[in-house]
Amino acid sequence: MAQRLKRYLVILPPFAWLLLFFLIPFFVVFQVSLADLRLQRPPFSPIFDWDGWWPTNFTGDLENYWFLLEDSLYINSYLNSLKTAFFSSLVCLAVGYPIAYVIARATPNWRNTLLLLVILPFWTSSLLRIYALIGMYSTNGFINTSLLNIGIISEPLQLMNTDFAVYSAIVITYLPLMILPLYSTLQKLDEDLLEASSDLGASPFQSFWQVTLPLSAPGIVAGCLLVFIPAVGEYVIPALMGGPGQLMIGKTLWTEYFNNRDWPLASSVAMIMLAVLVIPMMWLRNAQSARD
Amino acid sequence: MSKRNPVILALAAFGYAILYIPILIMIIYSFNSSRLVTVWAGWSTKWYGELLKDGQIADAAWISLVVAFWAATIGIIFGIMIGYALARMRRFKGRLILSGMATAPIVMPEVVTGLSLLLLFISMEQIIGWPAGRGLTTVIIAHATFAMAFVAVVVQGRLSDFDVSIEEAAMDLGARQPWIFFTITLPVIMPAVIAGWLLAFTLSFDDLVIASFVSGPGSTTLPMLVFSKVRLGVTPEINALATVIVAVVAIGVVLANLFTLRNQGSDNNK
Repeated sequence: MAQRLKRYLVILPPFAWLLLFFLIPFFVVFQVSLADLRLQRPPFSPIFDWDGWWPTNFTGDLENYWFLLEDSLYINSYLNSLKTAFFSSLVCLAVGYPIAYVIARATPNWRNTLLLLVILPFWTSSLLRIYALIGMYSTNGFINTSLLNIGIISEPLQLMNTDFAVYSAIVITYLPLMILPLYSTLQKLDEDLLEASSDLGASPFQSFWQVTLPLSAPGIVAGCLLVFIPAVGEYVIPALMGGPGQLMIGKTLWTEYFNNRDWPLASSVAMIMLAVLVIPMMWLRNAQSARD
Repeated sequence: MSKRNPVILALAAFGYAILYIPILIMIIYSFNSSRLVTVWAGWSTKWYGELLKDGQIADAAWISLVVAFWAATIGIIFGIMIGYALARMRRFKGRLILSGMATAPIVMPEVVTGLSLLLLFISMEQIIGWPAGRGLTTVIIAHATFAMAFVAVVVQGRLSDFDVSIEEAAMDLGARQPWIFFTITLPVIMPAVIAGWLLAFTLSFDDLVIASFVSGPGSTTLPMLVFSKVRLGVTPEINALATVIVAVVAIGVVLANLFTLRNQGSDNNK
């Protein structure tokens, strides 16, 4: 009995915390997403009245969701976010794979240093790293001034507020999240397998394509999802580096909430984003439990 | 692929270059004496002086430090409890829900977390009158929630390769929980706990999006202030601030690494 009591003393406090501050908020968002906008504080109508402990007069409806489907702004935001997140995950994989490969194959001393150089940006604020990139890209930034001084270009290039700016910023920001899981699978890879494949006459490229790459699949999946999921909801990068026409769903949600003060609509945008991301999130969970 | 394929080495070098070149240029330009970011006018540390005099930045930095300290501290206590429960208690009611709730905050898009917590705080205020308005408390609660998720993962990982026989020996000798936990388990997992606290602290200190939703007047955090300044363009003062933060992080990470290496070294000598 005392044993059970002790167990619940350990489990209950964090359980209650997460229930209240993580799970219940989603029900609140769902409830607000069914409400209507009104000009009061808070700026939405309650979807039911309380009759003692029982809700009555239910007035919620799916109007906000229909609105999201009708207005091409929202659909385009979702599609563009998914597209941007998808392609930046692929670029991240292409850039990150050689790094993870080199770290996994390096001598212990080098391995430690190279790994440290990946972890360091991971611990540094992404806002500051994006800010550093803006210093490179802006019209009077480092790239343009250097190219103008050398004389390669006569007019500054438009680098900021372009697709290129957004993609490259996402790749650079999330690169460590791609490299770390890739490294952990590549490092566990048995080198005897590669030797065996070369003894059997495979070229280094064949060995890579048919042995290394398939065996690192769990790392590839985990890395891509760790980049894809936050990139879909990304706000800071499109807000600071994207053009005004560049729609991304995180930015659209932010605008609905902070600029238009339309809380019910912002809530339904959030609910759809969650619905879209549930599959990749479950996939990541499975991929990670398979890796351990 | 051979061990030293020059193409792969070149590709890896390119990857490191795009990670580091923007930061290095920012650091160099923080020592530029000109206010114009384009013109190099010689070395100077005057922007660091300006930074020290800027009261707004100092206030925001202090708020961020306070928030990060409490968020990481609450996060570490609850995170250890979650990690311990998930690693040691094989079966209990709600285990699946707890492990789901403990990992989901890590991957949840920040805009969704921010909005949902804000709406919760507003509803709670209407129903029970707490929290009255938004401010430090609400930001700390929000950050502690994702902090405990990160700590739980680190602690659970450490506990799953923990040698249980030490605890069993203590129990055979008559020791009881929670005595065993505080005298044996906790000291052994301490490095993971410290790493978890530092990670939680850093994540809280860096967060912009969630804090923007749940903060109120008078609780503007450093990232929020930086963001509003960055919107107006690149300034030498922010270059200096960023350089200071990068330097602190770099020193911390390198020291932690040396510390771990030394510990591993002494373990190997045993």
